[in-house]
Amino acid sequence: MSADRQQRTIRCMVAKVGLDGHDRGAHVIARAFRDAGFEVVYSGLHRAPEEVVQAAVQEDVDVLGVSILSGAHNTLIPKIIEGLREYDAFDDTLLLVGGVIPEEDAEHLKELGVAEVFGPGTSIQKTIEFIEEHAPDR
Amino acid sequence: MTLDTKTLVDELRDGNPRALARAITRIENRSKGYRELVGELHRHSTGADIIGVTGSPGSGKSTLVDKLAAAYRERDERVGIIAVDPSSPYSGGAVLGDRIRMGSAIGDDGIFVRSMSSRGSLGGLSGATADAVKAFDAAGMDRVIIETVGAGQNEVDIVKTADTVLVLVPPQSGDTIQMLKAGILEIADVFVVNKADLEGANRIVEELLEMIQLAPESEEETWRQPVIETVATSGTGVDTLCETVDEHLGFLDRTGLREVHARRRYEEEIRTLLRDEVGYLIEDEIEAHGGITELGEAVRNRETDPYAVVEEIVNPLRAYLSERS
Repeated sequence: MSADRQQRTIRCMVAKVGLDGHDRGAHVIARAFRDAGFEVVYSGLHRAPEEVVQAAVQEDVDVLGVSILSGAHNTLIPKIIEGLREYDAFDDTLLLVGGVIPEEDAEHLKELGVAEVFGPGTSIQKTIEFIEEHAPDR
Repeated sequence: MTLDTKTLVDELRDGNPRALARAITRIENRSKGYRELVGELHRHSTGADIIGVTGSPGSGKSTLVDKLAAAYRERDERVGIIAVDPSSPYSGGAVLGDRIRMGSAIGDDGIFVRSMSSRGSLGGLSGATADAVKAFDAAGMDRVIIETVGAGQNEVDIVKTADTVLVLVPPQSGDTIQMLKAGILEIADVFVVNKADLEGANRIVEELLEMIQLAPESEEETWRQPVIETVATSGTGVDTLCETVDEHLGFLDRTGLREVHARRRYEEEIRTLLRDEVGYLIEDEIEAHGGITELGEAVRNRETDPYAVVEEIVNPLRAYLSERS
């Protein structure tokens, strides 16, 4: 029936939190996501976890990708998870972390609820495929 | 999490930001049941002031929208912002970057910013923008600010959606003839010369004023487009701009034009929806006639011509309608 033509598009947010000022990687990813047909909201640099959470909720993104190169992931990511839970948004947001994350930290973040951690050298194609496969079904 | 429409609307009216966000997503995706949703939202909307902001890329739209929102917040008004960015004609994807410049929303639940891709629509807005406005309105926003794509020359959709249209004109944006032909002049209710601290601002203000003088005189109360100078980055002129917007809204109310515009807006919406729906029906008919590829090939082989194909598809519909009347 022609009455309902859905136009589902995957919405992502690429967020930079904390003090690190390196956003080249985030720009590259934002562009690659656009080319994959996603809608990408870019947060800009130096965001606080609460800002990222508020933006992710208002934008109703399927995927929240947080890029951290400063080493502060063990402090910042739990705050984001907690914030998403407060809005009752954690369960249907695919949370990804990119950056320089030691292996044992990555394991810990995954236990907390991060879907996947992408370290340096991960191919963007692989990230895109992961999102297409795991984007929450709403 | 799938909420039924009624729960979603109740929560949205209760001020739950997540419900508002989800409602807009359903509208954008045309998810199952979105029509009932929009209907329900329309019933609960009370007529928020809708302010459109347009202007060429880099003219400072996002920064000005942010400052406007902050000024409204100071008066304790709730503000919804829709920022539209272009979608890629190749992949359909989009990078939505207006939010970067909207710092006022941070930590304040009285401002709700939603970035939207134009999803292939030309004219500066997305097909879902008007319906998203209804969601903001039903959620109790006093003002809804819409920022257009910013192509600069063809953004006429905003007139159909907003009560008051601000057109941003940066200094050094060419001479008067550029502006006359730009087509964006007719849509302005208020001109904003942003970045007024830059060289060339005075000249642009002069030229705009001169052009506004050229407008024909009229007996009735008319609105003469004011020219406001702002520096969005520092907030200079934003208070004056707020007052001017309210003067324009007051003018619309006094003259009854606000109702006229609202009615026209709905007329246009009805037309657009009808065109879409009929278009879908026709798409199905094309399939039933063997698909568009086959039809195209038949025309290429001179077995038929485009008009004959259209006639064949539309004729039964026409026959049915004329029989009924």
